[in-house]
Amino acid sequence: MKAVSALVAVIVLFAIAYMVGPSAKFVFGVAVPYAAMAVFLGGIIYRVAFKWGKAPVPFAIATTCGQQKSLPWIKHASLENPSTTGGVILRMAFEVLTFRSLFRNTRVAVKDGPRVTYDGEWVLWAAAMLFHWSFLVIVLRHMRFFTEPVPFFVPLLQAVDGFFEIGIPALYLTGVGLLLAASVLFLRRMLDAQVRYISLMADYFPLFLVMGIAITGILMRHFMKTDIVSVKEMATGLATFKPVVPDGVGPIFFAHMFLVCVLLAYFPFSKLTHMAGVFMSPTRNLRCNSREVRHINPWNHPVRVHTYAEYEDEFRDKMIACGLPVDKKETEEPKKAKAGEKKVDD
Amino acid sequence: MSSDMPKPEELARVSFQPPESDWMDTPVQFKSGTYNFPAAKKNVEYLKMPNPHAWAVDDKDWMLGDKWKEKILDGISDRLQKFRSFSLFMDICVRCGACADKCHFFMGSGDPKNMPVLRAELLRSIYRKNFTVAGKLLGSLAGGRELTEDVIKEWYYYFYQCTECRRCSVFCPYGIDTAEITMIGRELLYELGLGINWALEPAANCFRTGNHLGLQPHTFKDNIEFVVDELETATGINAMPSFNRKGAEILFITPSADVFAEPAIYTLMGYLLLFKYLDLDVTFSSYASEGGNFGLFTSHDTIKSLNAKMYHEAERLGVKWILGGECGHMWRVVHQYMDTLNGPANHLEVPRSPITGTVFENTRSTKMVHICEFTADLIKHNKLKLDPRRNRKVIPTFHDSCNPARALGLFEEPRYILRNVCEQFYEMPENTIREQTFCCAGGAGLGNDENMEMRLRGGLPRGNAVSYVRDKHGVNMLACICAIDKATLPPLVEYWAPGVGVCGVHELLGNALIMPGESEERKAGKINLRAEEDDDESEGGGDV
Ligand code: SF4
Ligand code: SF4
Repeated sequence: MKAVSALVAVIVLFAIAYMVGPSAKFVFGVAVPYAAMAVFLGGIIYRVAFKWGKAPVPFAIATTCGQQKSLPWIKHASLENPSTTGGVILRMAFEVLTFRSLFRNTRVAVKDGPRVTYDGEWVLWAAAMLFHWSFLVIVLRHMRFFTEPVPFFVPLLQAVDGFFEIGIPALYLTGVGLLLAASVLFLRRMLDAQVRYISLMADYFPLFLVMGIAITGILMRHFMKTDIVSVKEMATGLATFKPVVPDGVGPIFFAHMFLVCVLLAYFPFSKLTHMAGVFMSPTRNLRCNSREVRHINPWNHPVRVHTYAEYEDEFRDKMIACGLPVDKKETEEPKKAKAGEKKVDD
Repeated sequence: MSSDMPKPEELARVSFQPPESDWMDTPVQFKSGTYNFPAAKKNVEYLKMPNPHAWAVDDKDWMLGDKWKEKILDGISDRLQKFRSFSLFMDICVRCGACADKCHFFMGSGDPKNMPVLRAELLRSIYRKNFTVAGKLLGSLAGGRELTEDVIKEWYYYFYQCTECRRCSVFCPYGIDTAEITMIGRELLYELGLGINWALEPAANCFRTGNHLGLQPHTFKDNIEFVVDELETATGINAMPSFNRKGAEILFITPSADVFAEPAIYTLMGYLLLFKYLDLDVTFSSYASEGGNFGLFTSHDTIKSLNAKMYHEAERLGVKWILGGECGHMWRVVHQYMDTLNGPANHLEVPRSPITGTVFENTRSTKMVHICEFTADLIKHNKLKLDPRRNRKVIPTFHDSCNPARALGLFEEPRYILRNVCEQFYEMPENTIREQTFCCAGGAGLGNDENMEMRLRGGLPRGNAVSYVRDKHGVNMLACICAIDKATLPPLVEYWAPGVGVCGVHELLGNALIMPGESEERKAGKINLRAEEDDDESEGGGDV
């Protein structure tokens, strides 16, 4: 049901742009892209710099996934339990570039016996890798529309991506890869009972949106040709803040671009912020040397503490009777507990 | 263990198929044997926490007090600003499900709300509804839901079906740590006076007497004297330590369970023999007589308040550094909270082993060394005469306790000790040890009797791994370095892997240590610290 509503939402968005786009060129070709970009940038900056960034990291709560650095003769897992900033950077690099933690994934089964089994489960990892890397390459490839001159690596990427030269123009592997990965992720969500149970509409919607973007992109390149020169003119215009909407831009382009705009605008308000959040996760991006170097908590406030003096006052007689040393010999009746004796916090 | 507990094969018949109804529409059901009793009013009062009141889980009205919704929402808002972890983890979960079957409570119960992701969603849904644009506008379409009394009841049930073991955080691609969310969820419940007694009573006791059981100074000392007597019977050696002694070089702090509970007391015997052997200038404290910190299972303020005693006492006694015993969550607090909350401990010196001269650089700031680090260093420098043959009847495996594993990374030190004090040693399967280790299912305050069914369910993966090495290698001892483990693993192995015992690493060290002046019987390896006699001279492998 959630999946259906998400799918309907994406179809409606597509239809609007496809049908209205060509007759409201300025809105769909200029206003919406600028607005979407503004929401995207503003939203991400707000989230990273203000919402997350302003909240301190009060405790050094790294998850240690390997041997600590302790005695010199014990091999230290400098990547999984980093004690230096360099180690943390490496740990994060593996996390962000290779999805290290996801790679550990296993599938558990409890069989008769009982016997608990752990099987490797690489579907999620593989689909996620394919999805994200394809997406990145696609975004970079698209720079050829927005830049003049086109940066050197873009044609290179294009060449590699179209290496197999299937069809004319060459089919991009990443386009297919993205679609394939999104489909696997979607099927996994539908077919795996546990994952289906935890899924929200907000999990299906971005998947369909990305699929929609990929499909419209592939359609445009191979089947419903749109005038590429006009598209480039328009994109460069947007990038240089001299917007123009030339004729010859087909409805499929408006649909493609509109879905991208929706994705951009939706991004900062959704789980998609994991793209930025992954860099800020305190269980991963902290050094694990919190016994060696003190971690500072900016809001560390005083709390009520039961001091030794209070303890001895309560138990002094019993302590003396059993031979435990005490600081003050006599139970001091007349004197009240001195103010300031409650040593709370430095 | 109650006799109405189903047989292991039955309990292990777990269905991972979620129910028909959406989780938001599936109300919580408190099934006896799977929940914890509420914190007694006196304990809430003693710790001066809000809304102390007497209530029971069966009550329809939990008496949440005036403006309870505001209190929860304010509490969430406050913590969003104080904890980046919380703020971030509320936003970035993609519900990929990688964490779902990593939680021992899910594996043993099949209850979908025990998937870490759904446990977090219980709170996240309230966050979305009240603190996000999409949730405010779209409500349940955006995954938001109303805060109701039923939600609070659900939180109480499921935030106390999480042992804060952090296994889920190892697998999450963003490092989302459900334990962090549980900790904050529990703090929010305390805003309404709701908690569990098995966590709060130890915390209240510890505040007053310095230890969880509420042992007053003379009783604490008595208990240790009792262990010293037993030790003398078993070894012929009097290893009486000193108490509250000013000017000692080292303050030793261990979980108080070591002084009164079996089999933890045998670990204490191991420490005492070691200290005697080294003639270490060390003292116990009756005031800082607890290594554990049930504040970790209660609130961040309580962590600080209980932990403060360690440095406070170290300063008063004028010791140079602190040595800490075998404990799990204590080491999470020492490693990740203590220095931050109660440091810097400028009154102490960087720990240096008086025997080997090793400076423990990794504890330069906190100035607190783990006993396994200390002992491993001694063995490496050949400072201990050991006879592993004395442990010949013991075939151990090692249970990594959650916190030393995932909040410290103390993996090799205890293994190094075990390999040196035992003739054999076998690892459990790799998905169940080190950073992937499984909880005993009784940590974080859940190790009480009323919660036994849930503990055994959660104990399935650990128990199963133990029975695996028992059958494959004849393992008959589960060694560990955690006082909660020593209390919670015995019923777990009795149920899932009968025939396997539980012990501390320093118990086995104590067995193997060749002490000057020890009894002839001990010399011949015929009696262990448990005073179990053994006249059988045949080679190891027999039943213990
Ligand atoms: S693994 Fe992380 S992102 Fe995936 S569902 Fe669990 S908490 Fe969410
Ligand atoms: S911290 Fe441990 S008990 Fe809690 S949800 Fe994660 S795996 Fe389960």
